[in-house]
Amino acid sequence: MQRTIKQIIFIVALIVIWESVVRIGGWTADIMPKPSDVWQALVRGFEDGTLIYDLGASFQRLLIGLAIALLLGMGLGILLAKSKTADETLGSLILSLQSVPSIVWLPLAIMWFGLNEKAVIFIVVLGGTLVMTINMRAGIKNVSPLYIKAAQTMGSKGIDLFIKVILPAAVPYAVTGARLAWAFAWRGLMAAEILSTGPGLGYTLKYASDFGDMSLVIAVMILIGVIGTVVDLIFFQRVEKNVMRRWGLEAS
Amino acid sequence: MFLHIDHVDKQFTNNKTVHQILTDIDLTIHEGEFVSILGPSGCGKSTLLSMVAGLSDVSSGKITLEGKEIKKPGKDRGMVFQQAALFPWLNVEENVMFPLRKEMGKKKAKETAQRFLQMVQLSHYADHYPHELSGGMQQRVAIARALAMNPKVLLMDEPFGALDEQTRARMHKELETIWVETKKTILFVTHSISESIKLSDRIIVMGTQPGRVIADIKVNIPRPRQMDQKEAAELQRRINALLKTEIDKVVNEELAHAANH
Repeated sequence: MQRTIKQIIFIVALIVIWESVVRIGGWTADIMPKPSDVWQALVRGFEDGTLIYDLGASFQRLLIGLAIALLLGMGLGILLAKSKTADETLGSLILSLQSVPSIVWLPLAIMWFGLNEKAVIFIVVLGGTLVMTINMRAGIKNVSPLYIKAAQTMGSKGIDLFIKVILPAAVPYAVTGARLAWAFAWRGLMAAEILSTGPGLGYTLKYASDFGDMSLVIAVMILIGVIGTVVDLIFFQRVEKNVMRRWGLEAS
Repeated sequence: MFLHIDHVDKQFTNNKTVHQILTDIDLTIHEGEFVSILGPSGCGKSTLLSMVAGLSDVSSGKITLEGKEIKKPGKDRGMVFQQAALFPWLNVEENVMFPLRKEMGKKKAKETAQRFLQMVQLSHYADHYPHELSGGMQQRVAIARALAMNPKVLLMDEPFGALDEQTRARMHKELETIWVETKKTILFVTHSISESIKLSDRIIVMGTQPGRVIADIKVNIPRPRQMDQKEAAELQRRINALLKTEIDKVVNEELAHAANH
């Protein structure tokens, strides 16, 4: 409780300082809007439905892209963990691709798919797949040999051993992978929307910027941040914590 | 001849130097016997057990169970490790059902699991998850799981080594009861002299470098045994003397190793 109170006081203080600095400095709203302007832009956006529409569109792309990324990542991760040759070739390629932000693929994606949904989803998939692959591979490689030995003495082997023991034992890594994949996908999505086409939160941000509506720009920025945090905190961190506790990887 | 370890050697090669782990182990274990394998760390007793389990290969010689050579792990040999090795994504009952799921229907497997959970007095914990149980309880589930598949031999690799003193004493009693009830053949690896005296019909004392059998002792003390009984104390002294030279050897080796580096 203590912590929440501190956080609320901090946020309120930040808003008060922001509001007074802008008022004293006398900047206009097209350079540095006040928190009250941002709030109005936010309310207006929700009232006329643009932001709701944008949220829906962005989330649709994100869910499609993330679902593909998770499936692909799982498949590739299993392949890399099981095949030494694949790991040494494709595996090192994937590791080096990880240092390339997914958004730099956008020009190519637009050439391939056109300036549309597909190009954006491609960026989202790229952003999520690599990190999911790397975590899935680690999860399978790090299954405790004790589980495998125990299962073998109970007559489990081959496919049965893989499906009934190795995959479930890798779940904690897969959950962490999914959480990171979501974070990368969300960033990739916003970047791709700003640079390509709408509707979507990123597109509205770009649109507001073109019309000098900095209040709406900041409003969308805040929305992006809040959604990112809420999904991470409320969904992924909670799932991750539960899994870690159940799998005995964390003292309860 | 029930379980026959027939002139077994085990070595492995590391950086081109050959390490002799076990040399000429030759043992016959009878059906229903409770046999302890006792020795200092590094004598290869766990390796020997894992070869009986089929988890590692023999370098030469062979191991047979009822005349059939052991090459791979199988359900005729149940294994209990030092760590319970329960699957955390399954609850207690599902863990015990794991080895049963292919050979019997779900209902029958459930009944069997219940029966063996009762034997280890954990039937009320059937729907708990492993992380909710204490170390001793987890180990009891592991024993139930191994017994549920009705193996011919129960292999136990220092199963109570990670437990505290009181829990261990209780587990000794429980294991003894289970053994009397089921008449299973048990091969029990330990480094505790008192544990081996308390539990077994026969103690195989192993020496180290290379691992070999240095004594095969019958224990004829009536059960339940107390360590302050005269015969038990005497046996403990005898085994202590046997092992002292072996432990000195390990210590000297380590000192020499430290001096060379």
